[in-house]
Amino acid sequence: MSQDNAIETEGLTKHFGDLVALDHVDLTARAGTVLGVLGPNGAGKTTMVRMLATLSQPTAGTARVGGYDIVKDGAKVRTFIGLTGQFAGVDELLTGEENLRFIGRLLGMPTRDAKARARELLAQFNLSDAAEKPAKAYSGGMRRRLDLAASLVGRPRILFLDEPTTGLDPRARGELWGLVRGLVADGTTVLLTTQYLEEADQLAHEIAVIDHGKVIATGTPTQLKAKIGGQSLRIQPEDHAQLDTVRELVAARYPELEPAVEAGAITVGVNDDGIMPALAADLRDRGIALTEFHLGLSSLDEVFLTLTGRRTETEDPEAESAAQTDQEPAK
Amino acid sequence: MTAATIEAPVVHRPGLGATVSQTLSMAWRQMVRIKHNPFELVDLSLSPIMFLLLFVYVFGGQMAGSTSDYLQYVLGGLIAQNAIFLTMYTGTGINADLRKGVYDRFRSLPIARSAPLAGKIFADMFKQVWSIVVMLGLGLLMGFELRSVAGAFLATLVLVVFALAISWISVLMGVVADSEEKVQIYAFVIIMPLTFTSSAFVDINTMPGFMQAWAKVNPVTHLADAMRGLLSFGPITEPLMWTFVWAVAIFAVTAPLAMRAYKRKMV
Repeated sequence: MSQDNAIETEGLTKHFGDLVALDHVDLTARAGTVLGVLGPNGAGKTTMVRMLATLSQPTAGTARVGGYDIVKDGAKVRTFIGLTGQFAGVDELLTGEENLRFIGRLLGMPTRDAKARARELLAQFNLSDAAEKPAKAYSGGMRRRLDLAASLVGRPRILFLDEPTTGLDPRARGELWGLVRGLVADGTTVLLTTQYLEEADQLAHEIAVIDHGKVIATGTPTQLKAKIGGQSLRIQPEDHAQLDTVRELVAARYPELEPAVEAGAITVGVNDDGIMPALAADLRDRGIALTEFHLGLSSLDEVFLTLTGRRTETEDPEAESAAQTDQEPAK
Repeated sequence: MTAATIEAPVVHRPGLGATVSQTLSMAWRQMVRIKHNPFELVDLSLSPIMFLLLFVYVFGGQMAGSTSDYLQYVLGGLIAQNAIFLTMYTGTGINADLRKGVYDRFRSLPIARSAPLAGKIFADMFKQVWSIVVMLGLGLLMGFELRSVAGAFLATLVLVVFALAISWISVLMGVVADSEEKVQIYAFVIIMPLTFTSSAFVDINTMPGFMQAWAKVNPVTHLADAMRGLLSFGPITEPLMWTFVWAVAIFAVTAPLAMRAYKRKMV
């Protein structure tokens, strides 16, 4: 264990009856960074967050948050964490201001301080104009911002965000990303779960990819992209009629690769940097003129495809319903 | 080696004082909800008003020879019945909160885990007081003769204490049931027969023997008799005593069960 780790898990495991929701997960989040936990629905993300936020207890394994054991010192852990869950944690009948003031009062702030903190957060989250409106009148993006603000009333040093932007439009998502970046700049450690590869890529310093309750890869976004499937080569011939010829050339030299033809270009995932000069020579010999010949890092979507054999969009409805049972373990 | 430990950014006042303060904050939330949704109070008032008007003006003549005599008899019983029905809302409210994200938020906060429950039960006592005021007010308009003003205050107090105790049955259902509708069904199946097999609406001496035997021990009988005694006529001391015995007994059994189920929900 390190002095710098805000979150550490060792063999963290959770069973719901026969279902293994989380299976020996080892993770660390350095203080002041964002750990992105990436995975499809039903992967165990929510289960993990609920345990780390002391809402449920592990079947096996341990975890320390802020240096305190989540089981033995749960009450202590709760004093410096914030949680924004997948389901709205605000009272829809109360106004935005009342929701925040209520949390402040619960935390033991004098009424005046609770009011001031509520005003401060509403301003910070661009909700001042809607302060006196009931939360049920808020748009999806506003509600998420209020929810996030509610988890920040007590100025937590460690923040858990469980799919904070699921269901938001791109503009609202971008706004929320900005807010999270601001919090991290102020020194908050964030554990963020997401099914959006772009979100993890945008926000996280480290990413853990989980699937079926297991961590299947970890690293920085760059490392992760370099490690698996590595790079993506894109070749676009000037003349579309030569696409097939190019594909045959690639296949002839590297039979194990599977070139894909998309939008007038060939893309192929490669691990060997040497492929570029070799192919360049082949193409020159055939006199094929190119408009694009580009080797880049794979997108995280391709990373996930390589790791799990399926795209993140293909969500398993059964796995999703299993995730719902996170709420209540079968007795 | 231990990882870096973090000091709490919020000043905490652990202990009973903090728990009370958190419970009051929770109750405050419930009151603000009523402020934003005042229709809830209209909703709460409709059923007791309807019951009172229908029972007195439909059954009154047959039951007691005159509607005014029956009003003197039945008002205490209706107040008792309504109070018991009202406790159902404690369970449905807790059930709704549990299934939304609100309780997750509460449980991630450094507060007493009993505070959300206690706050809800506490706030619901306001609804009890509101209802008895509405029923007594309508009763007076209909010609009810109040035994004494002190009796009315004492009746309200007794009603609140009894409701506080039996609310735990509702809390237990609210925690265990997986939907609000189920809480309502359970409540209806228990409360409806319980309140009708008592002295709330009729003299139990008119019932067949087996039913009398039950009605005599039924807690609703004691509560209804106590209300009638304090508000209208009849003995006071004995029904009051039995009301308290029942309240304590029900609390002693259901509160620990409800707390256990509630804590288990946390795991």
